[in-house]
Amino acid sequence: MTREENDYAPLKLHVPEPPVRPGDTPTFDKFEVPEAGSVRKPPIDTDFDDIRDLGFDIIRVLDDEGKAVGPWAEDISDEQLQAGLRAMMRTRAFDERMLKAQRQGKTSFYIQCTGEEAIATGHQLALRQGDMNFPTYRQQGLLLAQDMDLGRMMNQIYSNEKDELRGRQLPVLYSFKEEGFFTISGNLSTQYIQAVGWAMASAIKGDTKVASAWIGDGATAEGDFHTALVFASVYKPPVILNVVDNQWAISSFHGIAGAESSTFAERAHGYGLPSLRVDGNDWVAVYAASRWAIERARRGHGPTMIEWVTYRAGAHSTSDDPSKYRPKTEHEAWPLGDPIKRMKQHLIARGLWSEERHTQAEAQYADEMREAAIEAESNGTLHDGPGPSAAEMFEQVYKDVPPHLRRQRQKMGI
Amino acid sequence: MFDDKPETTRMNMIQAIRDAQDVMLGKDENVVVFGEDVGYFGGVFRCTEGLQAKYGKQRVFDAPISESGIVGAAIGMGAYGLRPCVEVQFADYVFPAYDQISQEAARLRYRSNGQFTAPLVIRMPTGGGIFGGQTHSQSPETLFTHVSGLKTVIPSNPYDAKGMLIASIEDDDPVIFLEPKRLYNGPFDGHHDKPVVPWSKHPKGEVPTGHYTVPLGKADIVREGKDVTILAYGTMVFVAETAANETGIDAEIIDLRSLLPLDIETIVESVKKTGRCVIVHEATITSGFGGELSALVQEECFYHLEAPIERVAGWDTPYPHAQEWHYFPGPARVGEALKSVMEAV
Ligand SMILES: Cc1ncc(C[n+]2csc(CCOP(=O)(O)OP(=O)(O)O)c2C)c(N)n1
Ligand SMILES: [Mg+2]
Repeated sequence: MTREENDYAPLKLHVPEPPVRPGDTPTFDKFEVPEAGSVRKPPIDTDFDDIRDLGFDIIRVLDDEGKAVGPWAEDISDEQLQAGLRAMMRTRAFDERMLKAQRQGKTSFYIQCTGEEAIATGHQLALRQGDMNFPTYRQQGLLLAQDMDLGRMMNQIYSNEKDELRGRQLPVLYSFKEEGFFTISGNLSTQYIQAVGWAMASAIKGDTKVASAWIGDGATAEGDFHTALVFASVYKPPVILNVVDNQWAISSFHGIAGAESSTFAERAHGYGLPSLRVDGNDWVAVYAASRWAIERARRGHGPTMIEWVTYRAGAHSTSDDPSKYRPKTEHEAWPLGDPIKRMKQHLIARGLWSEERHTQAEAQYADEMREAAIEAESNGTLHDGPGPSAAEMFEQVYKDVPPHLRRQRQKMGI
Repeated sequence: MFDDKPETTRMNMIQAIRDAQDVMLGKDENVVVFGEDVGYFGGVFRCTEGLQAKYGKQRVFDAPISESGIVGAAIGMGAYGLRPCVEVQFADYVFPAYDQISQEAARLRYRSNGQFTAPLVIRMPTGGGIFGGQTHSQSPETLFTHVSGLKTVIPSNPYDAKGMLIASIEDDDPVIFLEPKRLYNGPFDGHHDKPVVPWSKHPKGEVPTGHYTVPLGKADIVREGKDVTILAYGTMVFVAETAANETGIDAEIIDLRSLLPLDIETIVESVKKTGRCVIVHEATITSGFGGELSALVQEECFYHLEAPIERVAGWDTPYPHAQEWHYFPGPARVGEALKSVMEAV
């Protein structure tokens, strides 16, 4: 230890700050948008060291005119593209209906994924029966993309008589095992490592099933995220490590999760894991990148992290008011646009779609959601009508109701 | 704790908690405040609103979403000489930090023989009653009272919240500061179907301006009575009051306020007087704090007891969403226990 005269300037703590706050003019001028079609598409068995650049670039397929360009555009059928648009539109219509139901007091809580519809819907259509998602609360698109029975989702939101989770779980924290949708925890990041474990099991058993882990930009700060990367790097199981960077974690911009210093995809490199950075508002890019990583995993080439670059266009949840911490119109300035508008433009450019059909489809999906909601509401809503019984609270704590819980249930008089 | 009659302001519990931090940030330059969303936004429950604007980003700032990181960093800062007052967004999310709290903060002093200490406060909203489901409703107090080296406190009103938070920040040991979120906006009486009564109508919503403390380790007799002693804390204090009023039983209600250190003298004195004891908490009953209280009362008051001690608590299940009010130990269940101890002779 030396004791010398101190000619150092006092240090200062660096606390990242978003470029704009309420009242300012929204800007993303520091955000670089690479040209669509400019990023190469390597073979799925490429060593991670040879594709490090893909963790910095942004894979984009749809250009400003709505044309699909570059190597990632290849080999996608018209039917698949139409299914993509349909899944996104239905996801948005579902959210709109359920937000309305929450405002009407029919349930306690709701979370929308507005602006992020491409990611879960595109990813789901690249998965197979038997694969398992470990989603967050913002991946309802995984269900809507597979034509999930709407009533089953809504019954859970309403905690009603037909709710398969018997009223126990907060709205939108679904669980649909058959549909490859793991029970959602409210505790952030815990499920990232669980997905890795599920994928390890697929390898241990000699199967070819793939797990897909989901996390938001904010939650990557949790220890379980980093643990998951270590396990993924050690055992190389068939897992996709999705990071949805929607720029915000409630009121904290992604700089508070370290995004000022590195991309999320880049972090995989430190663990020797390959990663892709993808335009999350470009359905075709989402589908193509998912298909690539899923095929890579299923062929035994190990995990891939995918950073989905997107923007949370709505409030965090029905408990949140984003105008308190970001400009009201910031989503309009988001350079990657709206995923539905971009896909519509693409399908029109391809001669598969038209403005009229789009308007018609919007009305049709709104009707579909309204009818499904009315039907679900006939099974009760959170505060009205039939619902799960109080006694059911004591079930499924254990396989069998143990004596102490039976006594408590009796004490309750039921 | 005052020299003269102080000036007061009407506050709800959120404002009182914010005011305590404001006072301490102003008084002691070593106080820093951070946590998820606490900076510019001021916290999801608004408990730090305006503090960053007033004291700057060096002292009030947003943290990455990592509870272990928040507490671990606070321990490091505390070792340097700061007094961090950190927020964990919900008590349900404290578990990633449990290692840092129970194995580190709690033992820094012991294992270094006082060379290093952890003068931190870890604030967190606790309890149910807002349809938050299993991850926005839990009451994990015994996971902290079971750990040597921690203090665990839980105010039930704005006056206590401010005075106890200031005392906690000034305390040289780590304090777990639990905030019953159902009480943030008013003294909830346990009847969820009735409109919320705001704190402005309650005497404990009169909060002195400036600095004062409510010492940790002192219980408060919130209702005097001679027939039975109710030991309660947090949300259950007002539920207990409702039950006493509705049953007409002359209950003495003790708001423990501080679980560790515990004001055993006040408890013993009361139970010796009434000869009966009902313990109420929202956390699950098995291994809950009621078990500890019951043992202490039995040890200290056995020959004064005229009836077995009763416990009313949350059922031993995760906190359900739709069945919230069946789970919540409301006035009816507390009333039953009161009648039962009164009937036992
Ligand atoms: C362990 C834990 N800490 C805190 C929370 C509270 N919380 C819920 S969502 C959220 C923000 C998450 O942001 P991000 O990961 O970016 O996902 P997004 O909501 O943007 O989809 C926070 C802090 C939580 N649910 N779990
Ligand atoms: Mg986010």
